[in-house]
Amino acid sequence: MSEPLLVIKDLVIEGYQEEQWNGIVHGVSLSLNRGEVLGIIGESGAGKSTIGIASMGYARPGCRIVSGSINFDGVDMAMASEDRLREMRGVRVAYVAQSAAASFNPAHRIVQQFTETPVVHKVMGFGAAEQKSKDLFKSMDLPDPENIGRRFPHQVSGGQLQRAMVAMAMSCDPDLIIFDEPTTALDVTTQIEVLAAIKDAIREHNTAALYITHDLAVVSQIADRIMVLRYGNEVETGETRQMIENPKEDYTRELLSVRKVHQDKADIEGLGNDILTVKNITASYGNGVRVLEDVSMAVTKGTTVAVVGESGSGKSTTARVITGLLPPEMGEILFHGEPLAPSFKDRPQDQLRRIQMIYQMADVALNPRQKVKDVIGRPLELYFGLKGDAKKARVKELLEKIELGENYMDRFPSELSGGEKQRVCIARALAAEPELIICDEVTSALDQLVAKGILKLLQDLQNDLGVSYLFITHDLATVKAISDEIVVMYQGKVVEQGPRDEILTPPHHDYTDLLLSSVPEMDPDWLDGVLEHRKELEARGVVNLRT
Amino acid sequence: MDQLIAMVAKRLAFGLVTLFVISLIIFLGVELLPGDLAEALMGQAATDENVAAIRAQLGLDRPAHTRYLEWIGNLMSGDLGTSLATKRPIADLLGGRLVNTLFLASVAAIIAIPIAITLGVLAALYRESWFDKTISMVTLSFVSFPEFFIAYILIYFLAVEFNVFPSFSKSTADMTLWQQLYSISLPALTLILVVIAQMMRMTRAAILSVIASPYIEMATLKGMSRPRIIVFHAFPNALSPVINVIALNLAYLVVGVVVVEVVFGYPGVGQLLVDSVSKRDLPVVQASVLVFASTYVLLNLLADVLSILANPKLRHPK
Amino acid sequence: MNSALKLVIEAPVAAKLGMIIVLLNVLAAVFAPVIAPYSETEIIGDTWEGGFWDSEAPEHDPPALLGTDHIGRDLFTRLIYGARNTIGIALVTTMLAFAVGISLGFLAATLRGSVDQIISRSVEVLMAIPTLIFALMVLSVLGTEVHILIVVIALLDATRVFRISRAVAMDVEVMEYVEVAKLRGEGLWWVMRHEILPNTMAPLLAEFGLRFCFVFLFIAALSFLGLGLQPPTADWGSMVRENAEGINWGIIVPLFPAGAIALLTVGVNLIVDWFLHKASGIRDIE
Repeated sequence: MSEPLLVIKDLVIEGYQEEQWNGIVHGVSLSLNRGEVLGIIGESGAGKSTIGIASMGYARPGCRIVSGSINFDGVDMAMASEDRLREMRGVRVAYVAQSAAASFNPAHRIVQQFTETPVVHKVMGFGAAEQKSKDLFKSMDLPDPENIGRRFPHQVSGGQLQRAMVAMAMSCDPDLIIFDEPTTALDVTTQIEVLAAIKDAIREHNTAALYITHDLAVVSQIADRIMVLRYGNEVETGETRQMIENPKEDYTRELLSVRKVHQDKADIEGLGNDILTVKNITASYGNGVRVLEDVSMAVTKGTTVAVVGESGSGKSTTARVITGLLPPEMGEILFHGEPLAPSFKDRPQDQLRRIQMIYQMADVALNPRQKVKDVIGRPLELYFGLKGDAKKARVKELLEKIELGENYMDRFPSELSGGEKQRVCIARALAAEPELIICDEVTSALDQLVAKGILKLLQDLQNDLGVSYLFITHDLATVKAISDEIVVMYQGKVVEQGPRDEILTPPHHDYTDLLLSSVPEMDPDWLDGVLEHRKELEARGVVNLRT
Repeated sequence: MDQLIAMVAKRLAFGLVTLFVISLIIFLGVELLPGDLAEALMGQAATDENVAAIRAQLGLDRPAHTRYLEWIGNLMSGDLGTSLATKRPIADLLGGRLVNTLFLASVAAIIAIPIAITLGVLAALYRESWFDKTISMVTLSFVSFPEFFIAYILIYFLAVEFNVFPSFSKSTADMTLWQQLYSISLPALTLILVVIAQMMRMTRAAILSVIASPYIEMATLKGMSRPRIIVFHAFPNALSPVINVIALNLAYLVVGVVVVEVVFGYPGVGQLLVDSVSKRDLPVVQASVLVFASTYVLLNLLADVLSILANPKLRHPK
Repeated sequence: MNSALKLVIEAPVAAKLGMIIVLLNVLAAVFAPVIAPYSETEIIGDTWEGGFWDSEAPEHDPPALLGTDHIGRDLFTRLIYGARNTIGIALVTTMLAFAVGISLGFLAATLRGSVDQIISRSVEVLMAIPTLIFALMVLSVLGTEVHILIVVIALLDATRVFRISRAVAMDVEVMEYVEVAKLRGEGLWWVMRHEILPNTMAPLLAEFGLRFCFVFLFIAALSFLGLGLQPPTADWGSMVRENAEGINWGIIVPLFPAGAIALLTVGVNLIVDWFLHKASGIRDIE
């Protein structure tokens, strides 16, 4: 067997923060053979991106490679001169970033940016490079491959641009490509196309790759081997199949475990009574563009209704209409059979109290200048007139409900972790003693394990307090884990709704089918299977996939 | 393309509205005078009779909107009215002085702009280096200095201690271009120092925000050289903010000349304006304010339009 | 309070320098009658007598450290009183501008809609007119008394304050915690006071420093042009103007008040620069 293409030994990288150098990567080693794909996975703060770009001899501003060696085909990238690195970058080792929209220069046409690497590095002339762009665009299944390069980046959709960036990375047939979360910013149905394009391209050209992501299911479709990182340290590395079927470390096992928190319903009084009924809602934003059309749904006591859809499906808008932030044009919302005023401004305080909301970004949902006790205490004061010791006692009680201690009272949000912030948001909602809590993508911004904890907490609270949830999410794994009823939305309309098991078992509505089948599974053969399935869907003209 | 035209048209319309409002403010400002222009003019000597006489002479006895329309009409045809203090037509007073002011401002601009942009770009490229730090410190000081402080320091050293340049900037019709330039060397230098300091700081900030973009990192990871990244990747995107910086500073220059003209006794519109304000020669004040304000508005308008045109996203809409 | 002290001690040299400059100026302004050896308008000698550097200058008791001005008043005394008048007026003006600007800015940001449109459009037009020119125009009509000066400059400057406070309030207003408060049924005032104001303090404080510098330089310029504070009040801008002619004879008297203006502005700017640099971390300091 030949020499490995990339060997990283005892790599240590530090970042400058709060006026001192802190370790980001603490001595990680890896090796990668020609044509091999290594998946690097981990939660935020694992140092995976930092390692990825370090293999190109690059450290982001504010970061530095402290020690260790990065041997790429005989060249130590950590020590090489800028000139030497420049010769290698783009030609021998290329980079695909998370956001193509930000990584393409808005001032130049796509083809200009594609041909830049081969032309500047004198790999080929402009004509040949342009022809190559067309060939690659075609093999990436981009629409109109002859002319798409003449467009500017902002004139092309996100999923297409992401594929164009993969093509750009392939322009000089590099030996190694670093994929840095290339599908994370995409919708689940678009993700598949990019994933398939990447898989085909590297397979066909026998390119080696470091594939960096937080999603184990995604990486298992592409990687030959997987390395799990945590806090800048290696947890374990192994063959993809073996890692998925038989991981050695507990941490990997936790990452792998399906998010199952659904439990049998506790005995809740009045379970199933109607709480909220949304009737034939049509709504649009100021510019006259319709975002919701004839949307109806209902939430009953003690249950969870999951509203699922991709970006632009109108799921968050539905929440805004229910809370009264966006008065609808047509239709009505009934709460316990009584119509709610279209705007929250016209709703009595007690009505506002009964419907609470929890948001995706706990960061911006908490006032950074308010201590935890003030955040949770304010609704108690406003709605129930609690003051002094009574308020304090109740705050303490609520903190215990969300599994945080009394010592959190005097903390500011900046002194909390992401999961703790979200818990405080939950406590704030609970303080109002609501009947319905609207959860808008509450776990999307959180790492997998933290998200699982939050879902578990929400489930326990429901069993304990009999509160109902309207759970808005794009993540089908979450839906499966927590819902009693499911509403599937697509382009402002409800496509299908019903009890969870009914929706999740075939036969599906076509869009539901597409959505469900797009969710990556922990099975290395899943992608090939699903692509077949998609071709069938496309042949039937269900959804125009190439948009 | 339609979007672009619409945006430019919107800016132009806004410019016109602004000019209209300015003319209204200038006109109404005098209307709001306690009493009126005639009384103000006579001051202590005002009696009912002579005030009425002057009122009739100035046409103040007619309704305001007729006089506004008439005033605007006259302005359009180049008749700026008559100075109360000198009884001469304002157009005559203003003409030569406007040329002088524009001459001074242009000389300062032509020298300051290239230097400021070069220094700004260099400071951004070598951010946090000793060069950047020194220059940041120096420009911070110059931005903080009042113009007359710089002006008097220059006079003290360059005109009094070492008699290199004149401290008094004459301008007469018979002077050659070189004599003119020599004569305005100190006021021009004052303006240049102030403008360079301001512009450099703004340019540096504009370039830094472009350099922080992910597409610059992408270009680095494509193995592009530093000069190529600057020229091909950063420059086209920095163009729009930099154009804005230039125009803002031109607009500043036009106003900044007022103090400098007074310090150096340079016969420009600024000096005329200040003189007329202290003499309360209101028709001259009105005319000079209009000149300054419209130049300022037009330059800002130009900046807006150019930076819209230089923005690639707006130039090639979806 | 302790952490504030710690912050000052840990500040870089430039910021400390700025703080010392500002502190000296404030002391001079507050204790002017105590510090100044003579009274504001007392004539003690001849025109432009030399100061401590001039061995041939006539002696005075108490000594005239910096010599005398164009009509023989003690220059040091005039500078001290000048600090009081110039800084005082600039401070009052800036505060007035902030009171007006922030109220309108927050209102526009929270109410949005037509209120925002009307205020914003009017401010946009006002800002399109150069401030100095506008001020000259208004002062020529209304005259140059101190209270008119303060009101006119404050209103002109309030447009800038409006713009920035509206922008920062908008940034905060779109935050979900503000939405939470509104959906909770909180009133407009409560939202502005508890949710928006605390989160806009840092940028607004920095802006206050910058606006103060601008107003201070602006008043100095007007006084220098003879349209600001009127004699015999001591004021740095007018002092430059009154003594300007001396420079042609090599008399550096005008450089003292001009330098004092420059020094204070640099001092404030140094503090603001440091503050802006720190602003991200300012959050946790109570």
